[in-house]
Amino acid sequence: MNARLRWRKYLSNFMLTLTGGCALVSVSVLFLILGYLVYHGGTSINWDFFTKLPAPTGETGGGMANAIVGSAKLLLLATLFGVPVGFLGAIYLAEFSGHKVAFVVRYAADLLNGAPSIVIGIFAYSLVVKPFGHFSTLAGGAALGIMMIPITLRSTEEFLLAVPRNLREGAMALGASKWKTIATVIVPAAYRGILTAILLAFARVAGETAPLLFTALGNEFWSHGFSQPTASLPVMIYHYALSPYDDWHRQAWAAGLVLLALILIINILARAILARGIAVPRA
Amino acid sequence: MHASVRQAVSVNITPPGTTAASRETAAPADMRMTISKVNFWYGSKQTLFDVSLGIATNKVTALIGPSGCGKSTLLRTLNRMHETVRHARLEGEILLDGKNILAQDVTLLRRRVGMVFQRPNPFPKSIFENVAYGLRINGSKTPIAEAVEKSLRHGALWDEVKDHLHKSAYELSGGQQQRLCIARALAVEPEVLLLDEPCSALDPISTAKIEELLVQLKDLCTIVTVTHNMQQAARISDFTAFLLNGQLIEFSPTPHLFTTPSDPRTEAYITGRFG
Repeated sequence: MNARLRWRKYLSNFMLTLTGGCALVSVSVLFLILGYLVYHGGTSINWDFFTKLPAPTGETGGGMANAIVGSAKLLLLATLFGVPVGFLGAIYLAEFSGHKVAFVVRYAADLLNGAPSIVIGIFAYSLVVKPFGHFSTLAGGAALGIMMIPITLRSTEEFLLAVPRNLREGAMALGASKWKTIATVIVPAAYRGILTAILLAFARVAGETAPLLFTALGNEFWSHGFSQPTASLPVMIYHYALSPYDDWHRQAWAAGLVLLALILIINILARAILARGIAVPRA
Repeated sequence: MHASVRQAVSVNITPPGTTAASRETAAPADMRMTISKVNFWYGSKQTLFDVSLGIATNKVTALIGPSGCGKSTLLRTLNRMHETVRHARLEGEILLDGKNILAQDVTLLRRRVGMVFQRPNPFPKSIFENVAYGLRINGSKTPIAEAVEKSLRHGALWDEVKDHLHKSAYELSGGQQQRLCIARALAVEPEVLLLDEPCSALDPISTAKIEELLVQLKDLCTIVTVTHNMQQAARISDFTAFLLNGQLIEFSPTPHLFTTPSDPRTEAYITGRFG
């Protein structure tokens, strides 16, 4: 074996090890975080955490029932607001707009996606909190919803464009109008990807704290309806983790675990729904 | 090429009188479609030049020619599928039962002129729903289950799928998928069925089945098929049109075209000297 060949083999092995190592690092970071969260959160979690309101400062015990419900309400509003806008916008972009319009909208969506979430929070503050005169679930939901728009829009568009052209033509050749083709063939063919994208957007905003600081604010008690300030898991984690009390630290860990579990459960449910449909095989 | 000599009974009983009406009666009774002086452009590139031919009712007409000769383009003008492509432009006249298809509602036209594509393209739905699709979107009044069975029988697929109609269409083999697409097209009872190289993605056995099927389907509708396979055109078609560089070189009854071609270019092509 000559020197040149030996060097190539050496280099090949080195690069293989390097890429493998990097893959391992990225996975292990995730598992470290998960493990740490499960370890600390799991030991701090109890029934009270799900059923009781936060204990007054200085007292131990209590729970985050209001924050769990608050987060659920915020995410519901965000999804109801952000997903239809992003989804229908993507249909326009993928199916009806010209190249120029699509380019401009895509670019704007990418910028919006890159906007710091605290800026979105300030925007929602001036849009909803100021006119209403108080912090509210509605304002928090709007802030999170705005964040869901660009993620939903961009990925839905990608998945719509990825539907094979021959399916489109197949429907049109049977006398389907453009809207019927979209509604009965293109969206059903792309819906797995679209739903995955929506889940990603959902998971992304579920953990957002900054946009909620000026909008949903926080609440030590139950928040009724959608027009009062509300507690939410990320904001509670933020406050409790910064506090000097050990008991609050434990509850912050528990809140982190619950937030993660919430996202995971919704993910699994959605994937169970996905698994029942018929996927377009890859060409 | 035929209209003036055989100006005969119209399929539609259109009262003569106005010039438009008298032009529309020009189609002879046994011509389902008439293509006259069709020119076609993609952007600035012209791909069809003054093509005129008639599509005989309940016959198989084959369009042959080398790649890029315009045979698929010509086929796609017959149900206006060319309009799905940006910058496509068509000039000329195409009549279906004596009526200009370019002046009709395109969705109604496509229900009457069905199409099967080069690669099988079943929808991501069950076998049943694939065939039912055309009926459902058209709000058909006929009982769907019966229509689906009838279409699958016409598509020579019923016996193979009758016990698992609700399985995914993608579980079928390529040849079965293509027959499913034919059944799907037949479900809306088109007058004309266009096929764009329907066997080019299939193995010889599946191809043979589809060829046999097409010959049977003549009784049901008029068939126009594009093929790059001359033997196939010779086996299944009644009329063959040979296109080259966007021009119709020769159009005659199939036995005639393959045995005594009148144009030297046709002869060169069918004897394999180019293509």
